[in-house]
Amino acid sequence: MTLDEMVQAVRTAHDSQSALRIRGAGSKDFYGGMLSGEPLDVGGYRGIAAYEPTELYITARCGTPLAEIEAVLAEQGQLLAFEPPRFTGASVGGCVAAGLSGPRRLQAGGVRDFMLGAKLVDGTGQVLNFGGQVMKNVAGYDVSRLLAGSMGTLGVLAEVTLKVLPRPTAEQTLVFAMGVDEAISRLNHWGGQPLPISASFWHDGQLWLRLSGARAAVDAAMHKLGGTEAADGGNFWASVREQTHPAFAADILWRLALPSTAGDPGLDGLRAIEWGGALRWYAGEQEAARGAAARLGGHATLYRSPESLRCLEGAFAPLSPAMLALHRRLKKSFDPKGILNPGRLYAEF
Amino acid sequence: MMNTMNDTPFSVDKDALIRRLRLYLPPRCLLADEEDLRPYECDGLTAFRELPLVVCLPETEGQVIDILRTCHQLGVPVVARGAGTGLSGGAMPHAQGVVLSLARFNRILRVDPLARLAVVQPGVRNLAVSEAAAPHGLYYAPDPSSQIACTLGGNVAENSGGVHCLKYGLTVHNVMRIRVVSIEGEVFDMGSEGPGAPGYDMLALFIGSEGMLGVVTEITVKLVPKPELAQVVMASFTDVTKAGDAVAAIIAAGIIPAGLEMMDKPATAAVEPFVKAGYDLDAEAILLCESDGTPEEVAEEIARVTEVLQEAGASNISVSQSEAERLRFWAGRKAAFPAVGRITPDYYCMDGTIPRKRLAEMLSAIADMERKYGLRCANVFHAGDGNLHPLIMYDASEPGNWERAEAFGAEILELSVALGGSITGEHGVGIEKINQMCVQYATPELDAFRGIKRAFDEQGLLNPGKAVPSLHRCAEYGRMHVHRGQLKFPELERF
Repeated sequence: MTLDEMVQAVRTAHDSQSALRIRGAGSKDFYGGMLSGEPLDVGGYRGIAAYEPTELYITARCGTPLAEIEAVLAEQGQLLAFEPPRFTGASVGGCVAAGLSGPRRLQAGGVRDFMLGAKLVDGTGQVLNFGGQVMKNVAGYDVSRLLAGSMGTLGVLAEVTLKVLPRPTAEQTLVFAMGVDEAISRLNHWGGQPLPISASFWHDGQLWLRLSGARAAVDAAMHKLGGTEAADGGNFWASVREQTHPAFAADILWRLALPSTAGDPGLDGLRAIEWGGALRWYAGEQEAARGAAARLGGHATLYRSPESLRCLEGAFAPLSPAMLALHRRLKKSFDPKGILNPGRLYAEF
Repeated sequence: MMNTMNDTPFSVDKDALIRRLRLYLPPRCLLADEEDLRPYECDGLTAFRELPLVVCLPETEGQVIDILRTCHQLGVPVVARGAGTGLSGGAMPHAQGVVLSLARFNRILRVDPLARLAVVQPGVRNLAVSEAAAPHGLYYAPDPSSQIACTLGGNVAENSGGVHCLKYGLTVHNVMRIRVVSIEGEVFDMGSEGPGAPGYDMLALFIGSEGMLGVVTEITVKLVPKPELAQVVMASFTDVTKAGDAVAAIIAAGIIPAGLEMMDKPATAAVEPFVKAGYDLDAEAILLCESDGTPEEVAEEIARVTEVLQEAGASNISVSQSEAERLRFWAGRKAAFPAVGRITPDYYCMDGTIPRKRLAEMLSAIADMERKYGLRCANVFHAGDGNLHPLIMYDASEPGNWERAEAFGAEILELSVALGGSITGEHGVGIEKINQMCVQYATPELDAFRGIKRAFDEQGLLNPGKAVPSLHRCAEYGRMHVHRGQLKFPELERF
């Protein structure tokens, strides 16, 4: 697929007012609202357009597999610091559209924090360029960051520019036996200290911590924190990032994003805690999840479930009427006919 | 074409407006006499001035809602204002409008050391947040040079940076949640105290939107642990290209320093007599490279940085041996603007960003422009993230001097775009760079920005005439450029 073909496909759909379902590698079909419309396969629009290690950015077409990008970065000792899940061959366009970040988000930030620029085909088939390849750019509204997590509803992400960072020189994983309350309390106390903690994962009475940074800093932190050194940290964190760890094995999985200090939301089925206490996974039907998360100042996503349940509940936490109206106006300004991934974010648009 | 071209005409009945506002605001919250309005006529960019019809100083969110609803009903422009330290004229009043000052929203509502966040009102000063967090070993990372005076509300509007943003990020990376009142008086929460929020990332869109989308009444910021130690390496170079290469070499070595700043010879010459920082006055450029973290980490990083700088051909290297010495090294950089202000009646600060590898080209082009416009220029550079602050020296009392400075600045900005950068890294577009927006962006992107604006503010009442140029303005500016035969680099794609 070429950019021109992408533009033509969107123009045709625009003119005939028919919905398009944008698809990269299809690795996150399980995520978000309903899938509808004629598939627009953009996975073939791929390739790294520019990579400048000393300028700390990479520009890649949407269909470029994350694995390919990360292999190229690794050759230069760099990485995507938000550690996005690759699942089955995920492409960079879908990675940005879904906005999912992995274990290192705790330390480094999420997808949107690394967005520098984007080339977008809007809902009328126009090609728009936002941001650029420099670290700092406050000219115009920050549309690039807005696109992270927009689920393809504002345009087809044709190309993205991401900030990249050096790979930490040392990494070490520690394991502690502790209950959930103690884990949350410890994680928050540690978070307030200058410790190089780059990931945390609690599951079934055990807490794993990953330390990343200069050798000296990692050694000093290990000495300070105690715990047991894990032998195979690399594979362990890959299983968390890719959600192949048994904690994620559930037909229905809820993802609660909460203030890191939030107390027990009162739900059964707690499977795992990540991001220093701020991300909590629950298995099973959870009628109370949305209300409980909101009361604690966060939100709940029906992350993985049979499609029928997602259609009933909505994948994402509902918006206030005023906020929903604002979303619709924004959607309309990018996609006036509502043809791009309708219903993938919210059923209303 | 003057930046102040009035392409946002409004017709407002001042007496009717004041009558309405008096219903909601006690006399101490409403200024309408010329002598009271005068202090609000400009922000930190003093070359652009305008008197508003009235200044409102609300004390509660309810009053903010009432003011905005009133302005929405009567069709009155609103310009929100923090401390007025901005450098792009973003807070310059509208002649037919209200200035909405958030100066009285000056309370820190909550500091939560365990969750590492603070909830503050928008009129709280940047540095005050770090001061309140200090007893807990925490601080707020973004540190714009105006941090003793600038407010968090202004920081949100401009997406402010500072000297530590390569490692610690901009405002957008350090704000978790904002509470916003729309022009229609509706209240929105954007972001949350957890990671992210459902729906579009409105928080990211809002930060840096220059008062065009709403008025912020509350901000939750991230606090981070204060590093145990910070040390700075100062290196001299006999030419700026070598200094630029040294910056790339540091990054290539896998080091993200806490701060990485460059000053050229005119800048150090201006600063040294004023601050006595110990700068090498023979050097064509000096680099300041800060490392922070645990003592072990800092020692390791300083050793590596020193090695890289030696290999890059530094003529002189010194490492701060005490906190006092570190602060002295920085004092010169932080005092660069006022120091230049001492040697020239006026100066005009630019804010372009460029890819670091184009630095030498940019500096040599600026040297040519100094001759072309007959004005001197000192350069300070956030080298780590490619953000250049040329300080163009001029004398506003000499006829034609400001116009030359303005043209000089415009040429720098347009060259920044041509080199693959941006017209503004952290100061914002405001009124100052409104014409250059037509150079950086093509019509479809500008239309998209206007669409976003309409989604938030259909009548275009919030800070009209700033940040996003009208179609008419770009047509005029483009026509004028071609007419004068000055359109730069017509072969380049603009984005």
